[in-house]
Amino acid sequence: MTTQATSTLLRTENLRLYFRTTQGVVQAVDDVSFTMPRRDALAVIGESGCGKTSLVRAILRLLPSNVHTYSGNVFLNDIDVMKLSEERFRTNVRWTKMSLVAQAAMNALNPVLRVGEQVAEPLIVHQRLSKQAALAQAAEVFQLVGVSPDFLGRYAFELSGGMRQRAIIAMALITRPDLIVLDEPTSALDMLTQANIMNVLKGIKRDLEQSFIFITHDVSTTSELSDRGMVMYAGQIVELASAEQFYLDPLHPYSAKLMASIPTLKEKKELEFIPGQPPSLLNPPTGCRFADRCDRRFDKCDTEPPLQQLADGRWIRCWLYNK
Amino acid sequence: MKTRFAKLWQTARKYPTIMMSVVIISVLLGIAFYAMISIPFSEAALLWRGAENIWEDTPRLAAPIWFNAFRSEKLSETVNLTREDALITEEAVSATIRKETWVYEYDFPYATFPQEMKAFFTVSADDKNPLVKFTWVKPDGTTYQLGSMTASDGSRYGISADATVSREQFNNQPLQVELYRDPSSTTEEPAVLNGTYQFIAEVYHFTDSSEIEIQFVSFGEVYGIAGTDHLRRDLRIGLLWGTPFALMFGLLGAVGSTSITFLIAAIGSWYGGWLDAAIQRICEVRLQLPTLPILIMLGTFYSRSIFLILGVVIALDIFSSGIKTYRAMFMQVKNLPYIEAARAYGASNMRIIVRYMIPKVAPVLIPNFVTLIPTFVFLEASLALLNLGDPTAPTWGKILNDAYHAGALYRGYYYWVLEPALLLIFTGLAFSMLGFALDRILNPRLRRI
Repeated sequence: MTTQATSTLLRTENLRLYFRTTQGVVQAVDDVSFTMPRRDALAVIGESGCGKTSLVRAILRLLPSNVHTYSGNVFLNDIDVMKLSEERFRTNVRWTKMSLVAQAAMNALNPVLRVGEQVAEPLIVHQRLSKQAALAQAAEVFQLVGVSPDFLGRYAFELSGGMRQRAIIAMALITRPDLIVLDEPTSALDMLTQANIMNVLKGIKRDLEQSFIFITHDVSTTSELSDRGMVMYAGQIVELASAEQFYLDPLHPYSAKLMASIPTLKEKKELEFIPGQPPSLLNPPTGCRFADRCDRRFDKCDTEPPLQQLADGRWIRCWLYNK
Repeated sequence: MKTRFAKLWQTARKYPTIMMSVVIISVLLGIAFYAMISIPFSEAALLWRGAENIWEDTPRLAAPIWFNAFRSEKLSETVNLTREDALITEEAVSATIRKETWVYEYDFPYATFPQEMKAFFTVSADDKNPLVKFTWVKPDGTTYQLGSMTASDGSRYGISADATVSREQFNNQPLQVELYRDPSSTTEEPAVLNGTYQFIAEVYHFTDSSEIEIQFVSFGEVYGIAGTDHLRRDLRIGLLWGTPFALMFGLLGAVGSTSITFLIAAIGSWYGGWLDAAIQRICEVRLQLPTLPILIMLGTFYSRSIFLILGVVIALDIFSSGIKTYRAMFMQVKNLPYIEAARAYGASNMRIIVRYMIPKVAPVLIPNFVTLIPTFVFLEASLALLNLGDPTAPTWGKILNDAYHAGALYRGYYYWVLEPALLLIFTGLAFSMLGFALDRILNPRLRRI
């Protein structure tokens, strides 16, 4: 699956993350392999509970205590970070190579620290900068995300939601990591603030050298930002394609349904929805995991389809496109 | 930081209990500092041990002097006279003998008889000590010839204990009564003759270099602002020095045990796994161990040093039920998004515990430890009452222990019990009021709008 080794930033191979629960083992991330070049913006799209956030956790090794299986390889700059010790991973990968804008970003600020100190924390932790120097850099990134440096001395509760979100993004940017993962960066915000944050992110993407992974269930907001789209369903990748291919012509039945459910202003169309619910990850079906909800199901769907690359470069997991 | 304290102060001013407790605590602190500055500990310990007849010129079991303010019949105060109060005249009797007359004149306006009267001598003479003759003059002019003695250095004359005088002149009646009795009253129901008394000592020096100092003491029934105990010790020393001991025991005990408990609970709940399990098991085992018997064993078989006891009390208190309470709070905090965010950006475990978890829960802790202070103050007093107090340290508990063993309440020496008890109560009250009020300010669940 490797393309050009030097241009690859992130590569996962057979990444698995299972959780132990009282009902059984949840296969939240099941055999996920994908490659991400430098200066790429990848949108990971899917319904709630399809393993998007778990994929982030698996890549950033932010594991809860009930992990059942955590296996596979994650190569970052061709180094297998899965093999690093917890301490090496903490000092060499977290925030120095990869940073995260967490899902409940609104609550991700320490209520007893001033926002400036909080945003400067990664620099103090990783680069052992003095507080003044770190705060000076925090002021710079604040400007980058469009927040006045006057707010450095405020506490989190004194900031509006959009302001807090931007502070969190500033924190993710401050160490200039190679990869920034944004887990639903706009989900808890109103429409105007969402647009504002998206503009900030666009600006950052234009000006900086970083790569981004956007985790979202909101396809429309990320369409402008992403270079490629990746659809997850029931813990697996079902389609990975370039933005034009994906947004204009999604091939996988699930991706197609997903795109059809988005309202547009220009054309008048009936919004579609997908009947049923995603399968339980406790006990996923043996064949195609989407088969039960798919209107193009046929006999072959009872066996599990492989993820394979088509001639136009996109990856897909569906028997309809099997060569 | 400044503004936060200013804000806290603004809020605190609305609570009268806080202001009251601040006043009481300031007074206690003032007493503690006054004690430490005015009487160095070595001196206080020496005074409290009562070595080398330090307390020979104070009355035994005398009530505090302010008792008289509440009585119409004034109790006799202690009269303690030295050279400055004496009228001294000298005359040569012969070529070698020199006569020195010390006249002590003092007013005695009280309604009760003194405990006893004594004269103490400091003499410097080469070979022959001076001879002293004593005379007692009542306000009505009656003169009694008391005994005479050769005064050596450090000797004393027990005026009221002179059996010869009592037998020959007063029909074996006690002299402290007879020498002050109004002649119109009977020996069965004696009354004090008020007025100016004179105690005269005629000293015959036999050498030129012979010199004498005479101290006259009429031991009253009240003494000082705190009274005295059965060993004639001024309770003021014990009460003054008891304050820093009580505050030290309370503060160190509460702060030490609570903060360490807090840290251990935070570490346990953050790391989880076997560490947490081990802490919880130690805590559970510890909760089954009775504190007091352990302390009694320690005091009986090893040492009663107040610092050792304090250390053991803190050590025992670390793994107390507090760990369970704080753990529950930390478990809640542990999974908050901002802590996960801190983990994501690579903050070390200790950084997360110290900078993220503890500050979140700490406001709940502050009132808790303030209310815990009196518990430790009382614990020290309880231990002292159980004979486990540090015998060298003057503490409130030790005073209560002495009072208990001397049967103070049974024999009516209420001041001896009430003084340390009131100080303990005020200390407890002040810190409790402060703690409860702070709880209402800092605990979000009790905060009023």
